[in-house]
Amino acid sequence: MVRSHILVCGGTGCHSNNSAAIRKEFEFLIKERGLEGEVAVVGTGCFGLCAAGPIVIVYPEGAFYSGIKVEDVAEIIDEHIVKGRLVQRLLYKEKSDHHAVKALSDTNFYKKQTRVALRNCGVINPEEIDEYIAYDGYQALIKCLTELKPQEVIDIIKSSGLRGRGGGGFPTGLKWQFAANSPGDVKYVCCNADEGDPGAFMDRSILEGDPHAVLEAMAIAGYAIGAHQGYVYIRAEYPIAVQRLRIALKQAKEYGLLGKNILGTGFDFDLDIRLGAGAFVCGEETALMTSIEGHRGEPRPRPPFPAVKGLFGKPTILNNVETYANVCQIILKGADWFASMGTEKSKGTKVFALGGKITNTGLVEIPMGTTLREVIEDIGGGIPNGKHFKAAQTGGPSGGCIPAEYFDIPIDYDNLISIGSMMGSGGMIVMDEDNCMVDIAKFFLEFTVDESCGKCTPCRIGNRRLLEYLDKITTGKATMQDLEDMEALCHYIKANSLCGLGQTAPNPVLSTLRYFRDEYVAHVVDKKCPCHVCKGLVRYTITDACKGCSACARKCPVGAISGEIKSKFTIDPMKCIKCGLCVETCRFNAIVKE
Amino acid sequence: MKSIADIKAIRDKMQAQIVLRDNQDAEQETRIVVGMATCGISAGARPVFNTLVDEVAQRNLKNVKVTRSGCLGMCALEPIVEVFVPGQEKVTYVHIDPDKARNIIASHIVNGNICTEYMITKG
Repeated sequence: MVRSHILVCGGTGCHSNNSAAIRKEFEFLIKERGLEGEVAVVGTGCFGLCAAGPIVIVYPEGAFYSGIKVEDVAEIIDEHIVKGRLVQRLLYKEKSDHHAVKALSDTNFYKKQTRVALRNCGVINPEEIDEYIAYDGYQALIKCLTELKPQEVIDIIKSSGLRGRGGGGFPTGLKWQFAANSPGDVKYVCCNADEGDPGAFMDRSILEGDPHAVLEAMAIAGYAIGAHQGYVYIRAEYPIAVQRLRIALKQAKEYGLLGKNILGTGFDFDLDIRLGAGAFVCGEETALMTSIEGHRGEPRPRPPFPAVKGLFGKPTILNNVETYANVCQIILKGADWFASMGTEKSKGTKVFALGGKITNTGLVEIPMGTTLREVIEDIGGGIPNGKHFKAAQTGGPSGGCIPAEYFDIPIDYDNLISIGSMMGSGGMIVMDEDNCMVDIAKFFLEFTVDESCGKCTPCRIGNRRLLEYLDKITTGKATMQDLEDMEALCHYIKANSLCGLGQTAPNPVLSTLRYFRDEYVAHVVDKKCPCHVCKGLVRYTITDACKGCSACARKCPVGAISGEIKSKFTIDPMKCIKCGLCVETCRFNAIVKE
Repeated sequence: MKSIADIKAIRDKMQAQIVLRDNQDAEQETRIVVGMATCGISAGARPVFNTLVDEVAQRNLKNVKVTRSGCLGMCALEPIVEVFVPGQEKVTYVHIDPDKARNIIASHIVNGNICTEYMITKG
């Protein structure tokens, strides 16, 4: 009889920190110590607290070990598993108050979260369908097939108030209703797992941690609209997610939960995976469907909307991974339960991938309406190194930034739009006082310029021109007239681009202009980057603190530093490439960046 | 292909196993702690522990957790089993073997009658 479960995180974050080897070591040692059958090792999906990875949790005690290395495994086995003594040294310690916390659910990071879409992530083994079934898996599908009519399923989703989690926030139930109402025998259900925003990894983590939840919800969607075939469109850059999805699909088919005559109820629904080659534009719904059809991933004008004429010209619904992850819970627990969470117009929870200048990098799920302050200070553990919060970027390259003045704004779809940002798929990049906002805008625009598919002119050429303006600004060559022209160009691109990529590409520029105009002006008028980030405007100089040791001159890769030993050295600004190596080398803090 | 009944059966079977990972209402659960330091193990704590785990699973007891602890300092009295029932005083049983362990589950955990004969006695 199994008396203890050792859960080892197998999400991408921990996996890249060698968690697969840790799991093997556990399995090996358990065999060696003769504990097989007593102790089970379970690989799970992401626990969320990626900053503390690799994570190992030992049940029944619920001991939460963080930052585990292969060498630590023997100690956990010998002390904890054999003798029952927690290994204090390895227990997760809250960074804010420095005392060891035992259980996962007791940490500040988890206390304020409500896990709906992530409920099974870090709890079950995603490669084992039986574990998913144990946590009420496929019960929602059984309920739909045996107790509910398709229209009743749609009504439940509608009244739950669930909105698309991919960014736009379109009501999911309404989308299903349109597809159900469209005439036709052949309809399709698609899942958008082409998560492309830099810094976002919510969908990946759900697929890695709980793939069956998505498959089950897609089957439910198929039943609701009368479709018999579905596609999961996922990027090939997510190898672990793809592999687990394939395993899940195989197991579900073996159990007869997908395929012909599901569970003997007479309903047919099959699923296939389509791999994307990592083009950002393929996250746009029409481009995604074009890509599934085997064509080059380019968007097309809407209407006709996919619900009328989508994949292969048939009525199609396309939802995001996180949207699907909520569906089964809504069916099981009811629309009222779901609608009881969140704000008036945004129901339920939202998963965010916290990144950037934040202590607890990771994955968090919060009820809609939680304030940014709670997310960053309580759950995220604040800004490291005693720095101050400057802004948070949500919505990735399509979104905007939330400045410190809106620190207490409740996060939901409409509030974020009203302050010039957007929910997006859920990336949240935190910036402190050292981040230059012009540089941030430039970073996102570089990304969208690269990713523009080139079909429509405003996006292809307009964004390129926009990037050139930003280049001029960050190198100190721009005028105030340029700043005005740039703003006008932003509005032009937004108004005239064909798809969401172009329509939202200028958002990072517009929102930083709105809240941090003084920084732009400093670049343009004073030719200074207030945060010393933009290389073109930064100067390195050696102060009188220089002892003339020549350490910097020897390190300088371009030979820009010269001088006599034991007297002050100088930097030739014409040769300097602003790599900053001299600052790191100097032991007397004699080199300053200004 | 499975039927709906098969899925329900898998669910019931698996739930008994994953109950270990349920950490939700830690304050309301009964904890049975077995001393599993070197002294406990050499005195035979391992079969006691496994018996307790088996019994709890077979009887499908909810909110009962069997865990280990280190040496309690009374090595001569091992195997020691401590029972923590919420709202009650801790009960310490000594010199436990698998049969006594089954009795503890049956009378103390299930029926609420403390097995005084296994407790530490004076003199």
